[in-house]
Amino acid sequence: MFSNNRTGWLLLSPTIIILLIMGLVPFFYVLYVGFFKWNPLAVDPSMQFEGFGFNYRRLIFDEVFLASIWRSIKFSVVTLFFELGLGFILALSLLSSFPLKSFFRGVHTLPLVIAPIVVGSIFKLFTVQGLGPLPHLLKDYFGYTLNYGLNADQAFWMIVIMDIWHWTPFVTLTLLAGLSALPQDPYESAKIDGANNFQIFIYITIPMMVPVLIVVIFIRLMDSLKIVDEVWMLTGGGPGYATRFTGIHIWKEVFEKRFYGLGSAMSILYLYITIVICWLLYSVMVSRGKNED
Amino acid sequence: MKIRKLFGKMLTTLLWSVLTIITLFPIYWMVLVSTRTPVELFGKPNLSPTFLNKIHWKNFTKPFIDGIYSDYLINSIIVATSNALLVTTLALMATYALSRFKLPGSESIFFWTMTNRMAPPAAFMLPLFLLFSTVFKFGDFTLFDTRIGLILLYCVFNLPFAIWLLKGIIDGIPKELDEAMIVDGANIFTIFWKLIIPLAAPGIAVTSLLSFLFAWNEYLLASTLTSVYARTIPTGLSEFVTTTGTNWGTMAAVALVSMIPALLFLFLVQRYIVAGLTFGAVKG
Repeated sequence: MFSNNRTGWLLLSPTIIILLIMGLVPFFYVLYVGFFKWNPLAVDPSMQFEGFGFNYRRLIFDEVFLASIWRSIKFSVVTLFFELGLGFILALSLLSSFPLKSFFRGVHTLPLVIAPIVVGSIFKLFTVQGLGPLPHLLKDYFGYTLNYGLNADQAFWMIVIMDIWHWTPFVTLTLLAGLSALPQDPYESAKIDGANNFQIFIYITIPMMVPVLIVVIFIRLMDSLKIVDEVWMLTGGGPGYATRFTGIHIWKEVFEKRFYGLGSAMSILYLYITIVICWLLYSVMVSRGKNED
Repeated sequence: MKIRKLFGKMLTTLLWSVLTIITLFPIYWMVLVSTRTPVELFGKPNLSPTFLNKIHWKNFTKPFIDGIYSDYLINSIIVATSNALLVTTLALMATYALSRFKLPGSESIFFWTMTNRMAPPAAFMLPLFLLFSTVFKFGDFTLFDTRIGLILLYCVFNLPFAIWLLKGIIDGIPKELDEAMIVDGANIFTIFWKLIIPLAAPGIAVTSLLSFLFAWNEYLLASTLTSVYARTIPTGLSEFVTTTGTNWGTMAAVALVSMIPALLFLFLVQRYIVAGLTFGAVKG
């Protein structure tokens, strides 16, 4: 409707410029630095070129880094499993009416808007030895000793529980939005054909929810693969390497050991793995969704 | 049948009551800790609401009046507010361009803005740190440890979802209205002031509130890209971890204060938060 596109580009240009400078330039810069051996604290603090694959070859044999990636993937899958299960049950329950529903729903939304670092603080205050009520309650009623500062398994599962506390509401509300938008006709014909509730759920609800489920799984995986803040606050990546997820590992390598070159290569691999996992999942789920149609 | 339904209702209410307790209990404990002296926190945890009788205000005054945290608070307010204003303005302009003009490649531009949100910030810590401290230089001025650096950076994370949210709204405003105004001789600014902004007002409000919230809550990049002058509240919160013999009361107080915007906005944005977090892929 405007005679030319100049005004359009003019309106779009500030956004593009900011995203170029703050998004694309850093990406190419980290790609560039990844080809060099660079440690500002070493005897020779300058950037040295040692062949394109130098840092990447080192990373393939870097067991700590590979373990941190495996840990991140394990964490993402475990939390996704629990959040999806719990979130689906809660979303289904929100479809019916019961007393105080909007109050419960409002409280359920609360964790979503709290900063990850504050969630970490809340859980630290709640579970730390000598202050938090949780270790005391577990000790008094179940005789279970909770000290995630020393026990690696407890530390990992503590983070899992914290993530479930923080992000189940997101799954619940997204699935609820999807469920309320479903067409009613298939349900009515299934009821006329005499299907029971379980059959309706498996053969009608789940297949119709596939697009929303893809969105939820996609976003949750993306977000839990990037987890840093809460973990940093609660355990600092310890004890040992128990909760050292990839983001935290990169931070320690870059800002404690000052391995700039190696850290850049790690960042690139981390980015690559995140994209590949999500792309794989996305294509698998989309093709499955198509086959069922 | 009726009894069965009633039973189901009771069970659901029970489930949600337990869930609400699980959600609120850790937050309630944080409030308790923030109102107690270190001596009162010693020993077996006391779960009774002692803040009804006595509040240990020193937990709040020590960091926010005597300490450095008032500066952090001011930084957070400035960064989050400016970012929200900037993001809303830019997103409004960009969305209008994407919605009304047939720009070649606008679909890819749209997709590209999305990918910026998906990337893990940890992968961008190092390049941004190096760029901010050594490369982006104007004379003696570097972006490192400045508020303007953070304000510009957060656009990368906030613009994508802002554009998503606004696109649906601006697409919904009929093009005929624009055309009628152009026929009457209105320029682009008049169209924005008289047509787009009034009609998209609720969407604009939600966009700026959510941008504010994301900028206020961001921690990782703020902590790596600031050192003294531009530190925000979340980075201040993490300083409690490293100090030996943490003062839990003060930490709880700071955490509580940094939660205030979230609590204030919760009821305003509750309906839109799903759309905001899923880039509008699922409508709330």
